Amino acid sequence: MAILLLSLLFLVLPALSARAAMSIQEVTSSKGITAWLVEDYSVPLVAIRFVFDGGTTQDPAGKEGLANLMSGLFDEGAGNLDSEAFQIKLDDVGAEMSFEAARDGTYGSMRMLAEQRDAAFDLLRLAVTEPRFDQAPIDRIRAQVLSGIIANELDPDTLAQRKWLEALYGTHPYARPEQGTRQSIATITPDDLIAFHRANFAREGLHVAVVGAIDAETLKKKLDMVFGGLPQHQALAPVADVDPKLNQQLEVNYDQPQTSLQLAYPGVKRSAPDFFAAVLMNEILGGSAFTSRLFDEVREKRGLAYSASSDLVDHQHANALAITTATRADRAAETLAVVREVVKRMAQEGPTEAELAATKKYLIGAYAINNLNSSGAIAATLLELQLDKLGIDYMQRRAALINAVTLDLVKAAAKKLLSAEPAIMIVGPKHGEATEE
Amino acid sequence: MTSQAEWLRGTLLALALVMTGPVLADNKPEDGKVTNFLLDNGMEVVVIPDHRAPIVTHMVWYKIGSADEPPGKSGIAHFFEHLMFKATTNHAAGAFDRVVSAIGGSNNAFTSYDYTAFYETVVPQALEQMMDFEADRMRNLILNDDVIATERDVILEERRSRIDSNPQAVLGEEVDATLWQNQPYRIPVIGWMQEMEKLNRADAKAFYDKYYTPNNAVLVVAGDVEPKVVKALAERTYGKIARGPDLPPRIRPVEPEQNTRRTVTLTDARVSVPNFSTQWVVPSYHTAKPGEAEALDLLAEILGGGSRSRLHQQLVVKQGIAAEAGAFFQGTMLDATNFTVYGAPRGDAKLADVQAAIEVEVARIAKDGVTSGELEKAKDRFVRSMIFARDKQDSMANIYGATLATGGSVRDVEEWPGRIRKVTADEVRDIAARYLNLNHSTSGYLLPQTQAGN
Repeated sequence: MAILLLSLLFLVLPALSARAAMSIQEVTSSKGITAWLVEDYSVPLVAIRFVFDGGTTQDPAGKEGLANLMSGLFDEGAGNLDSEAFQIKLDDVGAEMSFEAARDGTYGSMRMLAEQRDAAFDLLRLAVTEPRFDQAPIDRIRAQVLSGIIANELDPDTLAQRKWLEALYGTHPYARPEQGTRQSIATITPDDLIAFHRANFAREGLHVAVVGAIDAETLKKKLDMVFGGLPQHQALAPVADVDPKLNQQLEVNYDQPQTSLQLAYPGVKRSAPDFFAAVLMNEILGGSAFTSRLFDEVREKRGLAYSASSDLVDHQHANALAITTATRADRAAETLAVVREVVKRMAQEGPTEAELAATKKYLIGAYAINNLNSSGAIAATLLELQLDKLGIDYMQRRAALINAVTLDLVKAAAKKLLSAEPAIMIVGPKHGEATEE
Repeated sequence: MTSQAEWLRGTLLALALVMTGPVLADNKPEDGKVTNFLLDNGMEVVVIPDHRAPIVTHMVWYKIGSADEPPGKSGIAHFFEHLMFKATTNHAAGAFDRVVSAIGGSNNAFTSYDYTAFYETVVPQALEQMMDFEADRMRNLILNDDVIATERDVILEERRSRIDSNPQAVLGEEVDATLWQNQPYRIPVIGWMQEMEKLNRADAKAFYDKYYTPNNAVLVVAGDVEPKVVKALAERTYGKIARGPDLPPRIRPVEPEQNTRRTVTLTDARVSVPNFSTQWVVPSYHTAKPGEAEALDLLAEILGGGSRSRLHQQLVVKQGIAAEAGAFFQGTMLDATNFTVYGAPRGDAKLADVQAAIEVEVARIAKDGVTSGELEKAKDRFVRSMIFARDKQDSMANIYGATLATGGSVRDVEEWPGRIRKVTADEVRDIAARYLNLNHSTSGYLLPQTQAGN
């Protein structure tokens, strides 16, 4: 019955749904700033999202947390407006502004009402090009960050995560705490922030996406207005590529009701020819649908955990396939054995033809629902496409790229990624206690 | 700080606390214009057209939540939500998930105190099939002991993950159990562990037969669809299910008069920065007199709604004693609800300093009220948040579903911005004076272990 319904449905469904025909315009301003734009007037708002290359990997040694602190200060005073004046104006204008330092870039976004667009863009210009970094807001935001650092100091999951990153990445910047440490954030001065801003916020490292009630010509003027005052060149410290260190086991002992398990395997580069083979394999192994093998074996068949999943970790300089689950402490050993068995079977046999066919359809259809369901989501997706250098026609090409992957290619990807001995981290009561029945 | 009790099978869906939103029809003529009707079997239907993309969100809301559970059976509403994904007489276990996933859709479900909802987001061509599956599992679920035993283990793990591993969540449960002396909101949505362990097939069957009927459900369809098409499809699918027995009115135990100040303290080795919250029992949109709940929404926004709020400005910015401080009001509930203030110290400040400063602000707003400037800005923020909500079709579906499942109507949602606009500064002051009395409140403290005994 179910199979009949499935096949009937496929006959009537378009191959690529939702927004496949969405018109993305590439807009280049007179000062040479490029943005991708989707014009849409159905809701009276504009969403802009942008990123400057760099991010927390650019924190100087000993100043860890600098990018993160900077990202908290853009709405705390700019131009001739001090912190309070800036925030009052932002609220009057009816716009929401946020900044976030990620590993490989500093992201900014703004959501504004179309009718107050001009005033909102003007505040964004001030924030991006003329942040004040006044001492009082620096001290306040730093104290809030410090509170967060201290609040997590005794939390076993936070401690474990830190150990895990150090074990995987050693001395690479990816292992450093993005919020910094008590010691490192204490040393950050206004001069550090000014220098960091100048080195990172420049036009050559900028990527922009805009969605909403604005046309291309208007956007060009806004791009020059908002970003035109920035220097042309970034001054980024080089960051090396790194392979996570596998074949090791970490334990963090803490007397708690559950034991959490993390496993890391090799990953795949976004630009690699077998990228979609790895994506399809990962989806079948432990992807987001309720039909993955890990979900089925760990949760549905055995009731061992609430969740069990795998993810392809895709940083600019490192990749991995990560599996996570958490289970009753006294069943941790059993759960780990089930996970490893599922991985082993996938490595040796790969998926079935039927699993692959269903997963292709899922990945093709889910793209719009998962990535394009609001203006902010569309802007975020357009930005990622630019960062990944996938081209403005990528959405039209994506289905064919996925459909072109053969079962043999997926089997090869499974073997390549999952034959490695993984890094494993176990957080919970002492191993002995955990394994006793 | 206090997490919302939304228990999902897969992921947590963040329902906006205050977004009981409007529909401003100033774009395409049909977009956003809400239609509602009743099927012959009593099932309510709400359609929210949104033609920006060929996506449709299909939700079935059952007017049944944890607060409707029989005594001793805590967690059955949420447990049953999980069981709804098992086999029916027409489909094998997992078949629905596989169909949704094979068309690139997403699906999940969540349970709260007053409702349980199931949803799928798919292309419009798949809408009828989603209705077929949902209608099927509304009546044809197979409940056997094997399925019950395995899925019960899953909810026990879910409880360990969400609550027992997290001191803040453990404290939250105890605060709720102390704030509410009689009302079932005192019981956690996920259930008490010792009762969850004993939930069985008979409990599940009784729950299913009593509550999973078309006349106890609201269908919300938002997206690239026309109301008349939705109506035809709904009649062909849900319409074929017989009406169930009329449910008795949802009259639950109510609170005695609040007349004490209570405190709950949890010390835990994992805590290094303390925090606290104080809660009061206040009316919800469903129980309030006209205008009261709107005034409470604005009070929460002005007192502690964000970075322009009094608590943030006074404690975080001016006095510099708090890492965070805020307030919120959970208005979309069937029965009386809670109003909460919270804070955590930063630097050398003590928790007691933060609490005292918050209490000063609460007393000040109850005595002197709010300025017209503050009030207008707060109203603007609400109206703006609703325009932003229109940008996401599942936000709109959630607003209507939650409102209708807690005794409200489509009209209540549509008229809400107008009612917010009418609230006066005096009404905000009066509502604070009436309800935010510290002698009738419950405070929860999360403390580091070294402070135990202080």
